[in-house]
Amino acid sequence: MPELARVVITGVGLTAPNGNSLAEFRASLLAGRSGVQPYEIRHVGKTLAGVCHFDALRHQSKKELRRGTRAGSIAVYCASEAVADAGLDLARYDPQRVGVFPGITEHGNVETENEIAEVAKYQFDLSFWSHHHNPRTVANNPAGEVTLNLGLKGPAYCLGGACAAGNLGLIHGAQLLRLGEIDLALCGGVSESIRTFGIFASFAAEGALAKHAEPSKASRPFDRHRNGIVVAEGGCLYALERLEDAQRRGARIYAELLGHCVNSDGTDFVLPDAAGQNACIRGALASARLEPQCIDLVSTHATSTPSGDAIEARVVREVFGDGQRTHVNNTKSFIGHAMGAAGALELAGNLPSLADGVVHPTINLDELDPACEMRNLVANEPRNVGRVDTILNMSFGMLGINSAVVVGRPRA
Amino acid sequence: MTEEEVALAVKDIIQTVAPDEDVSSLDPEQRLREQIDLDSMDFLDIVMELRKLYGVQVPEEDYKELATLAGCVRYLHPKLAAKSLHCATSA
Repeated sequence: MPELARVVITGVGLTAPNGNSLAEFRASLLAGRSGVQPYEIRHVGKTLAGVCHFDALRHQSKKELRRGTRAGSIAVYCASEAVADAGLDLARYDPQRVGVFPGITEHGNVETENEIAEVAKYQFDLSFWSHHHNPRTVANNPAGEVTLNLGLKGPAYCLGGACAAGNLGLIHGAQLLRLGEIDLALCGGVSESIRTFGIFASFAAEGALAKHAEPSKASRPFDRHRNGIVVAEGGCLYALERLEDAQRRGARIYAELLGHCVNSDGTDFVLPDAAGQNACIRGALASARLEPQCIDLVSTHATSTPSGDAIEARVVREVFGDGQRTHVNNTKSFIGHAMGAAGALELAGNLPSLADGVVHPTINLDELDPACEMRNLVANEPRNVGRVDTILNMSFGMLGINSAVVVGRPRA
Repeated sequence: MTEEEVALAVKDIIQTVAPDEDVSSLDPEQRLREQIDLDSMDFLDIVMELRKLYGVQVPEEDYKELATLAGCVRYLHPKLAAKSLHCATSA
């Protein structure tokens, strides 16, 4: 097989419940600042969520906001911020060779629920059903809104991968860059899931929705008293280029994509499977040509559910148990579960470790569940580990989809 | 509603549908789409707002009557004469 082109991350655009840029997000992760807050949604009532507070009008007109979707708006914000962060002049690119690939957990539930609520006010007279329904709910909506906003003409579509989706956008962008089909990818993950009551109601129905008197304490992966997921919205899109292109334009390089794997458990609708996760992580390591002990930081997926966290911790022990230099953390303890954006955001918050050698912690770990013990789990306070060369980022989703990416400092 | 109020009602709806535009100085006789950025989806939004706010059904064959502000007033005044004005914006 021929040597594939090397691909690097040169820009990050994000909105998270605790920050609207990588600098703000990272500062919150180092300061232990949560983004979970009280939240209310129709039919469910009072609950908790990770809510983003970015300025949508920074990159969109009022009409674009009115017509589009929240996921589209998040994607537009993240894409524009990634382009600016990477110092890219889009006018220098052939617009047909710029791809847009957000991962999504789901899309269309929010808009469908809104439209049903609206038409219910008119006794379900469908002459009141909006002509905007279809363009808002098609599966490429968030990607397509980015192309409309930035005038891009290349491939643009979403990668539907449940909660493993945040890595899928990144992987797909890298693949098309390696195939030479595009010259620039804006890729990662987005989620508007807190705007659908159905996701809260469904997690509640399976006993997997977090409850806590103090919102910032509700998402507590690996803690003995964890009781479920806090749903969050957010987005993170990366500017991804071939290494030689980035070097030619003198770009700042955050990280090189060293390897990845996507696989399936093939076992259950909702229950995770340790064997599938193990195979996915080992697949990503093999693709990066790295042994487990060469990974400095493992960014876990753990969502704060009783069974899921324990299974994942077991897998981390199985794969990385012998590694002295491997540290482990988690981001959902700060922001909740940003669904399709989770994997992309979680990797982003850890990228600065490659430069500063500091591993942000997982917070709310007051009493470690013995079933979740892992060597070098960084709890509650950041840890300066001296040097971080490699990060493995894991995201898993329903129907047994698993994804993992390995990134590192660009190799000489 | 008087004819002036119908004009106000229409401008208010246009402002909702085209929130980035200045609708205060629209020329009543010039085509709306030549003065502000309005496309066919926006036009459907205007028809939808008339339906929601005033219960007015505009059949497709009459869409041409709504091309100008003055045309809107001529066409809608008989249908809105007995209704009262609801303004959502400050147009």
